[in-house]
Amino acid sequence: METLHFRHSTQKAASGSKPMAITGVVASGNLEVLLERVLPPDACEVAIETPVGGYGDVWEAVVADFVARTQPGGLRISINDGGARPDTVSLRLAQGARLMEASA
Amino acid sequence: MRIVTDPGSQSWYEASARQRIAALVDAGTFEEFLGPAERAMSPHLPLFDLPRAFDDGIVVGRGKLDGRPVLVAAQEGRFMGGAFGEIHGAKLVGLLRAAIASKPAAVLILFDTGGVRLQEANAGETAIAETMRAIVDARAAGIPVIGLIGGRAGCYGGGGLIAGTCSRLAVSESGRISVSGPEVIETNKGAEEFDSRDRALVWRTMGGKHRRLTGAADAYCADTVAAFREAAITLVGTAPAFDLATLEAEQARLEARVKRFGDCRDATEIWARLGVNDPDAVPAMTDAAFAKTASSVTEASHDAR
Repeated sequence: METLHFRHSTQKAASGSKPMAITGVVASGNLEVLLERVLPPDACEVAIETPVGGYGDVWEAVVADFVARTQPGGLRISINDGGARPDTVSLRLAQGARLMEASA
Repeated sequence: MRIVTDPGSQSWYEASARQRIAALVDAGTFEEFLGPAERAMSPHLPLFDLPRAFDDGIVVGRGKLDGRPVLVAAQEGRFMGGAFGEIHGAKLVGLLRAAIASKPAAVLILFDTGGVRLQEANAGETAIAETMRAIVDARAAGIPVIGLIGGRAGCYGGGGLIAGTCSRLAVSESGRISVSGPEVIETNKGAEEFDSRDRALVWRTMGGKHRRLTGAADAYCADTVAAFREAAITLVGTAPAFDLATLEAEQARLEARVKRFGDCRDATEIWARLGVNDPDAVPAMTDAAFAKTASSVTEASHDAR
């Protein structure tokens, strides 16, 4: 297993007030994304566990793109990966951020 | 644009464990125990370099069904085939034991499992045994345990054994209930005995229609969450007493089933003996036509499963 950690500063807090959300399932080519609103509003952390090693650069780019687009300030995002492709990862991250937009 | 969808109309087979629960219980009443944020994950999978799930493939909690309190467990069939690992099993056993203390109107188990997770087989086998014991204890305390089966993994291995200890079972056409799965039988006995690639054979031997006709399942549902909800509400109200008379009737029924159908070589022969007019037409029947056929077969309804 490879474990990756990314920490980003954001310009604003993630919208909504839902404290926690989960989306996706750990299955072949899929992943689960757990989002928790536990950080200061200008920070976002992403922790990834993946059985597919050697793709740190790709993960870094996908996460950076998500943070730039969504500005998920305050969220700690944890991922259990089942070998998902980068486009699936982007989609799940966007779904997760959307779920957090709901009111608590 | 706003797309409005009725959560109850979604396919049970396609839905995730969380989607099934959300649309099964009264809207907004579900409260999860030991949710994903608690990170109760398998201690064994990292040894095999395999990814874990935050909920270990099972969602447990409480909610309301038609206004009455229920405890609910839903297996996620897409995570490792919904298999029983140590944490997965402990969550289900814990829920059933909690039922004895909290006395809900029922415990609902949404099966979607291939059986024991082989990477943690000893813990998984123990979990199966403990679950059956806990179901017996809950039923003895007067709490019905209802199994709902219609997921992609079916209900196999130890899951099939556990289903046998439930008060009542509801199944859809795509739900399958058995102990040894098609591939297992083929591996051990050869393709002449059971060809696992013959999907029609698999479904008529283990599928929901067959289980309903022989009375192994007590209700047959269309593949929607709303249909399973309807069935669960009905079955909670009709669960049999858990006493010696029920168990003896069940034993007698099983003995009679072996005597009556033991020499059949195919499920269609069993359906013919049960009095189904055109057994070959059963697999292609619509849900409504099948429900009518099932209601005319006396074996399908019996207090002892």
